[in-house]
Amino acid sequence: MTNAAMQGTYLGQGSGLRAWLLSTDHKRVAWLYLISLTAFFFLGGAMAVLMRIELATPAGDLVSDDVYNRLFSLHGIIMVWFFLVPSIPATMGNFLLPLMIGARDLAFPRLNLASWYVFIFGSLFALFAVVAGGVDTGWTFYTPLSTLYANGFVSTAAFGVFVVGFSTIMTGINFIVTVHTLRAPGLTWFRLPIFVWTLYATSLVMVLATPVLAASLILIVLERVFGIGIFNPDLGGDPLLFQHLFWFYSHPAVYIMILPGMGVVSEVLPCFSRRPLFGYKAVAMSSMAIAVFGFLVWGHHMFVSGQSAYAGVVFSFLSFCVAIPSAIKVFNWSLTLRKGEISFETPMLYALFFLGLFTFGGLAGLFLAALAVDVHVHDTYFVIAHFHYIMVGGMVTAYMAGLHFWWSKLTGRMYSETAGRIAATVTFVGFNLTFFPQYMLGFNGMPRRYHTYPPEFQFWNVLSSAGAVVLAIGYLMPLFYLGWSLFRGARAPDNPWNATGLEWQTSSPPPPHNFETMPVVTRPAYAYDMKGLEHERFSPHREEAAR
Amino acid sequence: MSGTESVAFDTPQRERRADTFAMWVFIGSEAMLFGAIFLVFLVAHIDFGPAFAAASKRLSLPLGTLNTAVLITSSFTMALAHMLALHRRWRPTIWALVATAALGVCFLIVKGIEYGKEISEGLAPLLGLPFRYAGPDPVHAEFFFGLYFTMTSLHALHLIGGIVVIAGMIALWRPSGPANRLRRVVAVGLYWHFVDIIWVFMFPVLYLINR
Repeated sequence: MTNAAMQGTYLGQGSGLRAWLLSTDHKRVAWLYLISLTAFFFLGGAMAVLMRIELATPAGDLVSDDVYNRLFSLHGIIMVWFFLVPSIPATMGNFLLPLMIGARDLAFPRLNLASWYVFIFGSLFALFAVVAGGVDTGWTFYTPLSTLYANGFVSTAAFGVFVVGFSTIMTGINFIVTVHTLRAPGLTWFRLPIFVWTLYATSLVMVLATPVLAASLILIVLERVFGIGIFNPDLGGDPLLFQHLFWFYSHPAVYIMILPGMGVVSEVLPCFSRRPLFGYKAVAMSSMAIAVFGFLVWGHHMFVSGQSAYAGVVFSFLSFCVAIPSAIKVFNWSLTLRKGEISFETPMLYALFFLGLFTFGGLAGLFLAALAVDVHVHDTYFVIAHFHYIMVGGMVTAYMAGLHFWWSKLTGRMYSETAGRIAATVTFVGFNLTFFPQYMLGFNGMPRRYHTYPPEFQFWNVLSSAGAVVLAIGYLMPLFYLGWSLFRGARAPDNPWNATGLEWQTSSPPPPHNFETMPVVTRPAYAYDMKGLEHERFSPHREEAAR
Repeated sequence: MSGTESVAFDTPQRERRADTFAMWVFIGSEAMLFGAIFLVFLVAHIDFGPAFAAASKRLSLPLGTLNTAVLITSSFTMALAHMLALHRRWRPTIWALVATAALGVCFLIVKGIEYGKEISEGLAPLLGLPFRYAGPDPVHAEFFFGLYFTMTSLHALHLIGGIVVIAGMIALWRPSGPANRLRRVVAVGLYWHFVDIIWVFMFPVLYLINR
């Protein structure tokens, strides 16, 4: 790609391995993350496909129960910690945060590069665990199974996740400090794009929740390696304590995984309906509210674990409360579309699918927050369907929306719009075919984590497995047409979607330090209703052309 | 971009403010790590109070007190380093930093002696060492000592990190300009005081609360 047109952009600053692996440019670090996360996404996805093939028939015929346990454990561990948690923040967040706030780079460029190396170092442990024989504890590492009974490489995998936590905290600190200290002149807090708000809220959760996961994983490793029995009743410890610590991290982590997706959708919907985001302040504040409430609801994972009934009632109430800021967002997104000039380009298709799938998954979350219903569907496929609607239907769909929306900025190339629309639609169909049947299975009582099941569940399982194949095609397609566009795609203009936002005011791809002249902001975000917008907004590029 | 380490900042002053702020955010993160483990200890203390009280009396109060004094003194020398760096008196700054790191090493030596004593008395329930605790409710006493070793070794690891960073800072002293020196002393100082404060909480919780 290094040819004449890329000279003067960040892509033209050396193409050797050294130039990529040692560059502290946030845009290049974003690519390092993008490539490694894509590899993990397809690794975790391959495990899911194997599981779905196994589940096409009631008998356990493809893999043994032991292998199946390892498949779902590693699928969870890889997808949660090696894809979803870093997904949007480490790739698009890394690339766009400085561009969106008019900065030359993140506050700590070397820390940013270091975070990628820490991520890779941690992931090597997890990959070693995969190759050496796997883990069979589930992604949750519940004690006493993980400490006393599991025979896989639990310590290795837990240590890998522990190390990756450092990379998450590094990214979180970097983003928080960047947003506080490096906003362009005139870019007040309430002029920030919602994507920046959600990255900020996400970073707060990353910084405050990840250390608690670190503590609980250290204690597991200490018990397995050193014999210090904090979770072992024989040694005076308490196994339930682990669940408290684990979910104190892992419920907020759910919001680490979804908030950046909400941010992407808040960028895409106004752009393709040519309307300012409805209720900007409410959307910004609801992100913060979700981050705060997220810390107070961990007990809803433990309704049947033996915590007190009073605790259950309080956690149930607080879990319902989280639905309020989430619903505020959904209503505001919907009202943004009202009377808009809507067009259905690929990013918009993904964003609209997000809106539907997230709402559907969120409503199922209300069922699960209700104490009595949860007793019925706890640990069934209903829960699986619920969180896949949020994590895959929500976050991965938003990830794809963002990737297509900003692809021209990342690469300076356009992808095939037709292929993009087909892939988005195939994904939507495949997703619903895969996961809607799982609601039915769960409500009828099929438990999660079993590799065999009674024959009466086969109808829905076959549908789900067929959907998984369609979904896999939907996710593989972008790999090809986006990859193809890298080399053959049409040259992208600086602002192909005619969007607001500072990232569109610089060239595609941006120069090494983002802006030729540092920008000054005079407008609120999403000023799509203002006439002659492009000419009034600051544009270093156009100014240069005029000179 | 003159005199700043990161290309993102215009002036060294802004970069220093960002560094200090970043260190506070990191301390917030660390507080959650220690907070989780303190919480485990406090919940266990509520559940097994008498066993914990009896077990706690087996820790060495004189050595614990000595270490508290050592660490508080190291915070004093670190504060001196900060003050001297603000006045750009670089030579005494280095000496204050060396004293801080040396006091940190003293703490680790005393802690090592304490660990040795506990292991020889059979109070260390780890690595399959014999646990020979004669007091009441030995199962929950074992839990206490498990927590004691977890908490104090986690703190010691943080202290080792601080000593290594001070050593690295001194090693890189000559090539770094005055702005970078001050920036680093301020940030490392914050971290050092934090690690000190963790001990100030750990000492009463482990050694004193039951006496």
